[in-house]
Amino acid sequence: MTKTLRALMGATALVALSGVAMAETTITVATVNNGDMVRMQGLMDDFNAKHPDIKVEWVTLEENVLRQNVTTDIATGGGQYDVITIGTYEVPIWGKQGWLESLNDLPADYDVDDLLPAIRGGLTVDGNLYASPFYGESSMVMYRTDLMEAAGMAMPEAPTWADIEKAAAAMTNKDAGIYGVCLRGKAGWGENMAFLTAMSNSFGARWFDENWVPQFDSPEWKATLDFYLGLMNNYGPPGASNNGFNENLTLFNQGKCGMWIDATVAASFVTGKDSTVADKVGFALAPDNGLGKRGNWLWAWSLAVPASSDAKDAAKTFINWATNKDYLALVASKEGWANVPPGTRTSLYSNEEYAKVPFAKMTIDSINSADPTAPSVQPVPYVGVQFVAIPEFAGVATTVGEIFSAALAGSKSADQALSEAQAFVADEMKAAGYN
Amino acid sequence: MSTHSSRLAARMMVAPSVVLLLIWMIVPLAMTLYYSFRFYRLLSPDRTGWTGFTNYVWFFNSPDFWLALFNTLALVGGVLIITVVLGILIALLIDQPVKGQGFLRILVIAPFFVMPPVAASIWENLFMHPQNGLFAAVAQGFGAQPILFLEQYPMWSVIGIVSWEWLPFATLILLTALQSLSSEQIEAAEMDGASAFARFRYIVLPHMTRAITVVILIQTIFLLGIFGEIFTTTQGGPGSASTTLPYMIFKQAIAAKDIGRAAAGGIIAVILANIVAYFLMRGLGRNLDN
Amino acid sequence: MARALSPRRKLITTLAAWSVALIIFFPVLWMILTSFKTEASAVAMPPQFLSASWTLENYADVWARSDYPRFFLNSVVIAVGSTLLGLVIAIPSAWAMAFVPGRKTKDLLMWMLSTKMMPAVAVMIPLYLIFQRLGLIDTKLGLVLVLMLMNLPIIIWMLYTYFKEIPGEILEAARMDGAGLWNEIVYVLTPMALPGIASTMLLNIILAWNEAFWTIVLTTTKAAPLSAFIASFSAPQGLFYAKLSAASAMAILPILILGWFSQKQLVRGLTFGAVK
Repeated sequence: MTKTLRALMGATALVALSGVAMAETTITVATVNNGDMVRMQGLMDDFNAKHPDIKVEWVTLEENVLRQNVTTDIATGGGQYDVITIGTYEVPIWGKQGWLESLNDLPADYDVDDLLPAIRGGLTVDGNLYASPFYGESSMVMYRTDLMEAAGMAMPEAPTWADIEKAAAAMTNKDAGIYGVCLRGKAGWGENMAFLTAMSNSFGARWFDENWVPQFDSPEWKATLDFYLGLMNNYGPPGASNNGFNENLTLFNQGKCGMWIDATVAASFVTGKDSTVADKVGFALAPDNGLGKRGNWLWAWSLAVPASSDAKDAAKTFINWATNKDYLALVASKEGWANVPPGTRTSLYSNEEYAKVPFAKMTIDSINSADPTAPSVQPVPYVGVQFVAIPEFAGVATTVGEIFSAALAGSKSADQALSEAQAFVADEMKAAGYN
Repeated sequence: MSTHSSRLAARMMVAPSVVLLLIWMIVPLAMTLYYSFRFYRLLSPDRTGWTGFTNYVWFFNSPDFWLALFNTLALVGGVLIITVVLGILIALLIDQPVKGQGFLRILVIAPFFVMPPVAASIWENLFMHPQNGLFAAVAQGFGAQPILFLEQYPMWSVIGIVSWEWLPFATLILLTALQSLSSEQIEAAEMDGASAFARFRYIVLPHMTRAITVVILIQTIFLLGIFGEIFTTTQGGPGSASTTLPYMIFKQAIAAKDIGRAAAGGIIAVILANIVAYFLMRGLGRNLDN
Repeated sequence: MARALSPRRKLITTLAAWSVALIIFFPVLWMILTSFKTEASAVAMPPQFLSASWTLENYADVWARSDYPRFFLNSVVIAVGSTLLGLVIAIPSAWAMAFVPGRKTKDLLMWMLSTKMMPAVAVMIPLYLIFQRLGLIDTKLGLVLVLMLMNLPIIIWMLYTYFKEIPGEILEAARMDGAGLWNEIVYVLTPMALPGIASTMLLNIILAWNEAFWTIVLTTTKAAPLSAFIASFSAPQGLFYAKLSAASAMAILPILILGWFSQKQLVRGLTFGAVK
């Protein structure tokens, strides 16, 4: 063993050494392992050419692991990272805690006014921009045009939930392994609860009233959950309580879903090279119930600088490069417009080339129709469409997500699930000192 | 052979590991004990203070707690039974002089070299998946509906996956024990007309008692803390159907960022582990004495 | 207890043994096969064996996307380092416990094992804070220490059981020849216990290699081993079964190969005193 091992170690040491370039500042960038972020790592030659004095070290992790490591580091003032990738849920909370560096002093070519107002608003606390959006997303309906045609139906551009149910019934063909609708069922505040919370908005429901009293005992939540369970039990795939974004994407790409209501970024994947139905996908706005709110969410993976970083200037230089208009142009020139990180800048959507991308218009319309400051038709004390921007939310919603996931699996009734959720959230809010 | 000076020397030689392990045990334990009485949430740093037994009370009042306790013991017990029983059978089988014995053994111990998250993801995605998994394909081949493993039998699925990971360990230890059994004894029994079962029951099994004890002891220690496989496959669900105590702690530490509660859960887990260890030692300790 | 069998029984046992072995190994085999398929072929239903479209692209993709050699090297350093350090500390202790046993030796052993009973998640933040103070976050030294301490009880126990099997007379003979304590360990004990030490080493390298909690929590870039490499490939935008399989294969193959070459040693040595 030793000989081979030594040979291997020698070889790898050589590889490692040759990779070291002369550099003055090293920054550690923590990112989530999705396609757009991985693509950025492939475009680093451009950054290195422009900023030879900054060396970038990547930490690429799966979303949950990334969040865990980054949160631990920042809450304990560890200073391991110089640039972190966080979402619209974390930014307002962490910004308020003073854990993030304000990005108000980015250079003029960053053009902060070009950011989409809804996204920019979600990343700003007390006038300070605490993170720069790398890509933004809302949610929408993706459906199979061929199956709709075969059923003799047409999908309205702005469907109601009743339309969705009708279409799901028409497209379902369980013998052929085709299920009318695929929705998230996997427990998690960023999985089924993101979908259900956004959906509940269109049913007129809300998480809390103005006094932070949870509202799962309301008729609106009951209507939401009943409709969701009915839809999934009748027309959804078996085992849906274990399906999150990734599982549904795979099913849709295999041609096993008639419709899928999920993140707008999925549009480029279901029309991409790994999809077997790439040329048969249509898009529509997330459904509503005629109450004035649609069931779509708003999210932006954003780059921020922890206050504990010891290379803040280099970190900001990197963020400006990665989220600048020039970066979008760079991706477009190398990989085509369809692969540009979407949903952050107004200028992208006034670009004629980008307008040719099939899902461009639906994405921007979806993003514009989401309002984090007034997610429900009823008044709420919180900010956030598919989440509630308070520190307790992630923990509380994870448990509520489990309860709802159990209801989908059939081990709890809808009423049971709602009363359990109500009792649990009420206890937790009391423990956290809200009422 | 133990003079005074050699005793002293022996103490000096044991000291480093004892001191290291003592620090390794006491410092985290003391900190955990301290935090378990504190309000300490990573995301609410402004609110800190003593909370008495609040964190403990939360665990005991949680509707999931007793189920989680039961699941923890079910996981340990289930995996122990499966690995020991199958381990004995497989050890007996691969101890026979068959063709390609060496390669055969390599195949049997292979799961031991697979990282737990990889093992869990192989089983979840390539085998148990209701649409793309191999089991679903087999079911469809017979014209049956695919079994929804992770949704309908979450605890059994987790026990199955963990058993697969630990089966090689049990098999290896039992195999070494088997190899030290003298063949004369067996042959003599065979000549006396003892049936195969009788030979197993009265000669082989007693010889393996010690090995079985070791398997149970070591595996229990590892199994009591398992949560990674659950996180990868079922996330403790559906609902809390496959939530174990370590997974409950994991949720408090990672999702809720509630360090106080996680610490209280940790102390409860240590107490549980000690209770289990006490009964194990009472039941099996004799087998370890020479 | 291997004995001669009749040809018929031999055939049956051979068949049975091979079927069982293949069933146990099958998930690993299937993963490796999947890693050579295209993504479409990997999720095809019914599953494809011979008709699959085979490719090396997944490995190329995984290789291009991350710095595999660095993760690999970190894994080697951490696994081997923690094991060697553990052995250095454990050998004298195990020797003393085996040859100069006190009344409390058994209890001491049990206590050592019991230090493994604290669930890792519960001490995550305390340990993280300690490591932060000591500047050990994202250092190989930090992980070597943690994994060494985690496995030290197992190492000591294994060594103790091997040492106990060495007959005391040999030591006394050496002592009569005037060998000092140190010489006794180096020239008499260690050579005799070498097989035991070797299998202890192997088992602990495997345990350290497969550790996937602390190695992820306590690292970022410089010290991240293959467990973190896997965490960067799981579930990115759709379940890329084939790529995930390729990454998994790259993470487990080194230790699998090591295990295969040392299989005899492992089978012989993994007794934990299970044999009288």
